[in-house]
Amino acid sequence: MFFLRSIWLGAIATGICLLVGYPLAYIISRTGARVQSVLVMLVMLPMWMNFLLRTYAWMTLLEDNGIINTALATLGLPKLHMINTSGAVVLGMVYNYIPYMILPLYSALAKMDHSVIEAAQDLGANQRRVFTKVIFPLSMPGVISGITMVFVPAVSTFIISKMLGGGSNLLIGDLIDMQFLGSAYNPNLGSAISLVLMVLILICMGIMNQFDDGETRGGGLMI
Amino acid sequence: MKVASKVYTFLVFLFLYAPIFVLIIFSFNDSDTMSRSVFSGFSLRWYARLFEDRMIMDALKNTLIIAVVAAAVATVLGTVAAIGLNGIRNKWVRRMMMNVTNLPMVNPEIVTGVSLMLLFVFVAQSLGGLSLGMLSLILAHITFCTPYVVLSVLPKLRQMDPHLYEAAQDLGCDPRRAFFKVVLPEIMPGIVTGMIMAFTLSIDDFIISYFTSGTTQTLPIYIYSMTRKRVSPEINALSTLLFVAVLFLLVIVNLRQARDKRAQERKEGLES
Repeated sequence: MFFLRSIWLGAIATGICLLVGYPLAYIISRTGARVQSVLVMLVMLPMWMNFLLRTYAWMTLLEDNGIINTALATLGLPKLHMINTSGAVVLGMVYNYIPYMILPLYSALAKMDHSVIEAAQDLGANQRRVFTKVIFPLSMPGVISGITMVFVPAVSTFIISKMLGGGSNLLIGDLIDMQFLGSAYNPNLGSAISLVLMVLILICMGIMNQFDDGETRGGGLMI
Repeated sequence: MKVASKVYTFLVFLFLYAPIFVLIIFSFNDSDTMSRSVFSGFSLRWYARLFEDRMIMDALKNTLIIAVVAAAVATVLGTVAAIGLNGIRNKWVRRMMMNVTNLPMVNPEIVTGVSLMLLFVFVAQSLGGLSLGMLSLILAHITFCTPYVVLSVLPKLRQMDPHLYEAAQDLGCDPRRAFFKVVLPEIMPGIVTGMIMAFTLSIDDFIISYFTSGTTQTLPIYIYSMTRKRVSPEINALSTLLFVAVLFLLVIVNLRQARDKRAQERKEGLES
């Protein structure tokens, strides 16, 4: 139950991060050098703020009497119930981890030789074909490392689900937390769940690494 | 197409920055009710309260002590480990060691936190009656920071010409002198990057600290305990100050990089 929900929500969040992050990474990689470095800095800046504070800010935005609902009310629109839903948890995951998707995608796309695209166009490929046959395959290392860097923390989070999901959207991380520092004190069970989570993620990583040449991941992305 | 991509970029950045702006705006809120969504005038009172709050200041002090000590130790450990790893000739053994080094970075943070907590509790109990606190926090932070230092020093070692070290020895340096005069200056950029990374990771860490802190408060832990109650806007004031500090640092770093780049280009231009 907890496992399935965690994996499901984590996968949705990772998918949204990829869909939203890819176009942005592509746009950034095609701008001029000066604008490029400013935009990359803007992507990183939120990561330097404590993620508890940023998630807390979403609480104030999403609450039933929060800022979004106040704004909707002044416009005469009906209120939306957003906080304490699984949608809010996914939103929190996307918000917190999307820079980890954009940055590796950007570095893969920026390294790409632009003349390859022109060559494909010269050889008669239309825009869609250029993307599916040239750009996307060449950015694959970035896609892989982006997916792993978002999926692992998203699956194992317990703060986002606690703050934005109320008590009803508990994830595997919350279950572990409860066994150690929470109400259901049982370190043995907690350790067992942790081990299963770890093995699960290592298996995922192993599968992912089959697509990767292994040299480009991690390091340098944080700064 | 150009307009569309500008609009798209704007929308994504709006999503990224909306919560941060909300935090900043409400740090100036002049209201007694601690309301999170009604803005009732400008005031700096939460900033004044912030500096009088002993709990926050103590937590900040703990966070900084831990970050400085952990970053320093992790930098030394990580650099030494990187040099050792780089020296391993057997390819298979080196790959193994690299995987072991990378494991803590891939591992979910909550699992790292829980396992460190169990280890510390076990050791503390067998030593008799010790409890978790500053020491366990520092040890935990050193543990998760070290791989990042290794990872930023290793590429610099690989880039370095191995003959430099041999040449220094041929010219009469003993190995220690050759290391400090030749190898260390070459890999210094990697060491500095690793140290900055370790420092920021340590300051920002919540999950691992949460499990290994005992009753000691660090800033993220204190923020967490505040978010569970009705939160005082002091927290907004604090985050605004942190945000401005980070922004300031990043702008300085970027300006310096741009200046260095320009200087280098000019130098290359003169030489050619």
